[in-house]
Amino acid sequence: MAVSLTETAAERVRSFLDNRGKGVGVRLAVKTSGCSGMAYVIEFVDELDEENDAVFEDHGVKLVVDKKSLLYLDGTEVDYGKEGLNEGFKFNNPNAKASCGCGESFTV
Amino acid sequence: MALLQIAEPGQAAAPHEHKLAAGIDLGTTNSLVAAVRSGQAEALPDAQGRHLLPSVVRYTPDGVIVGYEAREAAASDPLNTIASAKRLIGRPVSDIKSLGSSLPYEFVDQDSSVPRLRTVAGDVSPMEVSAEILKVLAKRAEDTLGGELSGVVITVPAYFDDAQRQATKDAARLAGLNVFRLLNEPTAAAVAYGLDRGADGVHAIFDLGGGTFDISILRLNKGVFEVMATGGDSALGGDDFDQAIAEWIMEQAGISDDADHQVLRQLMQDARAAKEALSSASSTELDIAIPGDGRWQGRIDRETFYRLADPLIRKTISACRRALRDAGVEAADIKEVVMVGGSTRMPRVREKVGEFFQREPLVDIDPDKVVAIGAAIQADVLAGNKPDDEILLLDVTPLSLGLETMGGLVEKVIPRNTTIPVARAQEFTTFKDGQTAMAIHVVQGEREMVEHCRSLARFELRGIPPMVAGAARIRVTFSVDADGLLNVEAEELSQGVKAQITVKPSYGLSDEEITGMLQASFEHAEEDMEERKLAEARVEGMRVVEALQAALASDGDRLLSDDERGSIDAALAELAAAIDADDAEAIERQAKHVEEVCEFYVERRMNAGIQEAMAGHNINEFE
Repeated sequence: MAVSLTETAAERVRSFLDNRGKGVGVRLAVKTSGCSGMAYVIEFVDELDEENDAVFEDHGVKLVVDKKSLLYLDGTEVDYGKEGLNEGFKFNNPNAKASCGCGESFTV
Repeated sequence: MALLQIAEPGQAAAPHEHKLAAGIDLGTTNSLVAAVRSGQAEALPDAQGRHLLPSVVRYTPDGVIVGYEAREAAASDPLNTIASAKRLIGRPVSDIKSLGSSLPYEFVDQDSSVPRLRTVAGDVSPMEVSAEILKVLAKRAEDTLGGELSGVVITVPAYFDDAQRQATKDAARLAGLNVFRLLNEPTAAAVAYGLDRGADGVHAIFDLGGGTFDISILRLNKGVFEVMATGGDSALGGDDFDQAIAEWIMEQAGISDDADHQVLRQLMQDARAAKEALSSASSTELDIAIPGDGRWQGRIDRETFYRLADPLIRKTISACRRALRDAGVEAADIKEVVMVGGSTRMPRVREKVGEFFQREPLVDIDPDKVVAIGAAIQADVLAGNKPDDEILLLDVTPLSLGLETMGGLVEKVIPRNTTIPVARAQEFTTFKDGQTAMAIHVVQGEREMVEHCRSLARFELRGIPPMVAGAARIRVTFSVDADGLLNVEAEELSQGVKAQITVKPSYGLSDEEITGMLQASFEHAEEDMEERKLAEARVEGMRVVEALQAALASDGDRLLSDDERGSIDAALAELAAAIDADDAEAIERQAKHVEEVCEFYVERRMNAGIQEAMAGHNINEFE
């Protein structure tokens, strides 16, 4: 089981972490809410939960995923992209069967 | 596919519930919008990658144009191109007229306190012009953040008065924006550098823009930024440095003042380019078009530029010196100096400011963007994207707020330096029997007597049910919102009749006036106390007179002999005379005398009252 991120995404994460001045990495998670079942979460991580967190390292960035979320996120690649003026992180999740129009939530 | 931002631990929002917020620096010449994304505050560029938006709005029959395109039309279509709405906003017509006839706009003549400008698209107020700028910036933020803004923080100059602040808020409302709060520009700059999270201390914010210069001395005290003093020059900025270079070139190249407009404008641009080049190079080549299709070639070195620039920089330093004096601090007391405004990019300015304050000024954040960035950081906190332990930036009331009570005395409801927002209530009562209305006079200041304070507003509470003096209970609530706007509400508690007023005084107070008012309250402390004592004695004396006269009118003839009545009337007249004189102790003495003279009368009235109440009843009924 693993998650990964693209070089571009890794670069952005590193720069955001530097700017923030603290944090060990980013947490990827899913939570049950949203218009189409599950929603993605991406947060800074200050402390690891040794028991429940799995940690992956990709392009020098620590990706933290709790074991429950990992079931839904296995194989996910996080990318960073631009759409017009808007820019941000995208989850390319092979487990997602359908997403809502906005792409913020999905079902497996 | 939605594009997500990294949230703080535990703060990730549910889909479609992202609390998007932006900070807007609504400037005189240029405006900017910034936002916090993935924990990083940045100014947001437009699709062409430009961060600044010229604060220029052009009205055409086909619609409204904002920004660069509008600015270009300023010369060809001056009447419909409004370029300095910020100088007009929240100011009455009379004020603007005194601003000088230099404004090329056509003002619609009318009595209203809000000026209106005539354009081909109809009459517009400065508020509406500002709203157009805000709309463009908000749209940019929404496109960039990918959703609707839950709110914005807009910055205003520290010297903006309540009316100008209210008008700025109204402009935001017209633009359909929710304003979390307004923030003082120097405070925003301090926030951008994180000074609010540092130790308490005094900071100087040096803001040299294109056309204006502001110096603010701020004190951080327990998480609250207090503006200690402001100063500056509303007609000094980067343009003056360009002008100085241009004049030097004209002298060297033999161009006369009355040269073609086109030539002069090109010259100003060349001068500006030279100024910018001299920030990194020790000298720069000049190749100037001169009238009659010729060209002049030369060079300007740093020494020459310093000779031209130093007199202008000296002006800013004297303003700093004055601001320090107003704030009552020394240059050595200043902990940090924050540089704001594009003109602080000039190394010479940094050098001289550093010399004066004896410390290296903070220049890491782009001085054009620092105010917007501070506003964005504040907006992010207010939108609820930060854990609770991040303290909210607070402001304080600069002067006490209170109301007039009997005798021209001031009852302070909210003391000065109270952190806002705040609401305080106090109960008042009627002075006369059967009084059905009460005049509420809201004042601001530190002195004891109304005449020495600043009158903010007056209103009346009507419909108080008739009761004996002192029986009615009227609760007056003063609330000051996060932007310092005061709302006063009076409510009669038995019937619930209410009246209220929102104070937007047309003239605010400059910091000098505030300092002056504070000073006066100390200088006059003793005489104020005397005056208060006299006024209080008068009120008490008048209360005795009123009560006694009411009693005499109801049963004086029945209960008193002519002799008795005569002695009471005499004592009453003496008291009345004492009230008219200026001796508090005499009033107190006479009031006491009246009470002594009337003792038997009071007793008789009580007995008569009891008899009346008991008449026709058996004594057993009262046991």
